[in-house]
Amino acid sequence: MLRDEDRIFTNLYGYQSFGLDAARKRGDWDNTKALIAQGKEWIIEQVKESGLRGRGGAGFSTGMKWSFMPKNVTDKPVYLVINADEGEPGTCKDRDILRHDPHKLIEGCLIAGFAIGASACYIYIRGEFYNEGSNVQRAIDEAYAAGLIGKNACGTGYDYDIYIHRGAGAYICGEETALIESIEGKKGQPRNKPPFPAQAGLYSSPTTVNNVESIAVVPTILRRGAAWFAGLGRPKNTGTKLFCISGHVNKPCNVEEEMGIPLKELIEKHAGGVRGGWDNLLAIIPGGSSVPLLPKSICDTVLMDFDSLRDVRSGLGTAAVIVMDKSTDVVKAIARLSQFYAHESCGQCTPCREGTGWMNRIMQRMVTGNARVEEIDMLLEVTKQIEGHTICALGDAAAWPIQGLFRHFRPEVERRILDYRNAAKSLAAE
Amino acid sequence: MSAPAHDPAKEPASFAFTPENLERAKAIIAKYPAGKQASACMPLLDLAQRQHDGWLPRVAMDAVADLLGMPRIRVYEVATFYTMYNKTPVGKHVIQVCTTTPCWLRGSDDIVHTCERKLGIGVGETTADGQFTLREVECSGACVNAPVVQIGDDYYEDVSPEHMEKIIDALKSGEIPKHGSQIGRQSSEPVGGPTTLKAFTTTQAD
Repeated sequence: MLRDEDRIFTNLYGYQSFGLDAARKRGDWDNTKALIAQGKEWIIEQVKESGLRGRGGAGFSTGMKWSFMPKNVTDKPVYLVINADEGEPGTCKDRDILRHDPHKLIEGCLIAGFAIGASACYIYIRGEFYNEGSNVQRAIDEAYAAGLIGKNACGTGYDYDIYIHRGAGAYICGEETALIESIEGKKGQPRNKPPFPAQAGLYSSPTTVNNVESIAVVPTILRRGAAWFAGLGRPKNTGTKLFCISGHVNKPCNVEEEMGIPLKELIEKHAGGVRGGWDNLLAIIPGGSSVPLLPKSICDTVLMDFDSLRDVRSGLGTAAVIVMDKSTDVVKAIARLSQFYAHESCGQCTPCREGTGWMNRIMQRMVTGNARVEEIDMLLEVTKQIEGHTICALGDAAAWPIQGLFRHFRPEVERRILDYRNAAKSLAAE
Repeated sequence: MSAPAHDPAKEPASFAFTPENLERAKAIIAKYPAGKQASACMPLLDLAQRQHDGWLPRVAMDAVADLLGMPRIRVYEVATFYTMYNKTPVGKHVIQVCTTTPCWLRGSDDIVHTCERKLGIGVGETTADGQFTLREVECSGACVNAPVVQIGDDYYEDVSPEHMEKIIDALKSGEIPKHGSQIGRQSSEPVGGPTTLKAFTTTQAD
């Protein structure tokens, strides 16, 4: 188990104040000027060496992403945008950073913004997180008043503004280009890439979009050294990670653990175990609603990191672990996700707009068994037609949970279809 | 996404920001670069909605468009795309029950049924006295505290049907019940206390 002294988010649960004085006592804003004085290249190099991979789901190297930004831009502003539009079902980690440790995020925004040459930062917070956004705004106000951000931030001579922008209820705005559209005052519909945000992002300026957790860990990585972070977890899957454990466990919770912790250990140590014991486990969605579920046989041994979960044809995603015990109607659990994606499709690309609704309608029939067995293969074929054929990954995200269901629970669906037919036949015979 | 539902019969004749909100609007516009004031569209719609009993008549969308120098259709697009903008009148208390899978696994169906029975309305409806609107929403993002119910700006977490009844009773009698975990959790730690960071669990005043 990760030692407390290696935990970054020491106020994860909010027992202490989120305010500046308490944050300083926890080590935030400790000589930030000296970190910035090391220079842009040093910061980016340290983050690369730490092995930090983006915590928003895709798992791309954060340092690499920063290095894609054009250097020495003088003709237009450069922006850092923070994706705090947390809404992937199962995921509620960024919420704790926003409401309980906002100074870690704000300090990270300053350092990351400096590293990419940004003049301003927008933190895009989902609209429903009203109170969480208010805490972040209060922390920003404190940071301005203390001279930590704004003109001559931390006495470095660097001018840097941070603003929050609240969303208004649209899961799709968690997609980085939809998020940029939304800040520009438009519908949140993803943009075609290229150009990538690093070339033309917010207001057509070079922009980097990073997840809350990715940015909030940066100051600690720089203070404790890239080697410390890289020494936790496994190669290419380094560091600590916030895990959200929801569903059928005795004690659902968020917890910061070492990357690569066995799934079973994570649940038994921190979430009080599966309801009714480990043998009562049916399946787990290990990384938020978009990744395929895993049956118990895989959950027994799998490690919680990007590469281990990819190897079992799922993914770490946002590290949101949704646990389902044997009482679960697993078809309904996945059908509810199909409903979610149908609701959240932005309507821009035909395969997703039509496909998510179509998949949802078929999935709802699969729940009761009111379907034909051949429709299973047709449904899987449709998921393949959606996957990879849309501007953004929402289409993929809608397809994968269904593929995962049939990969591991196809006999269950076939049984329902058979039962439904037999029931209909015996009714007709009466 | 959010469906445009416009009811001309309920439209007020006009809408104007109060002087205080006009000041707020100016401060919001100043957060964005010169010439990029369209970025203020979303926060201004929210401001207008808060001023106008929690919903956005078309005249309020027009007021935002005019203030920002935007074509009105662009503002309608935004107002109809995002689910938090209410295009028709809502009750004083908007009860939003999350029913996405993590909440559903923890019994959100029972919470919806409790609300329906207690309020005598179905999902998507408003009580005749204009006090309550009931909605099902997609993932609220507080899954380790499921089931989650958002009422106004506040999250009620770890909600049982009994809690839900008490919350509605309190709202009916004009009280604002305490939000957050209904079973006494500090926030997202395991029930009974954290398994980590025990040295940080003493509440520290700032």
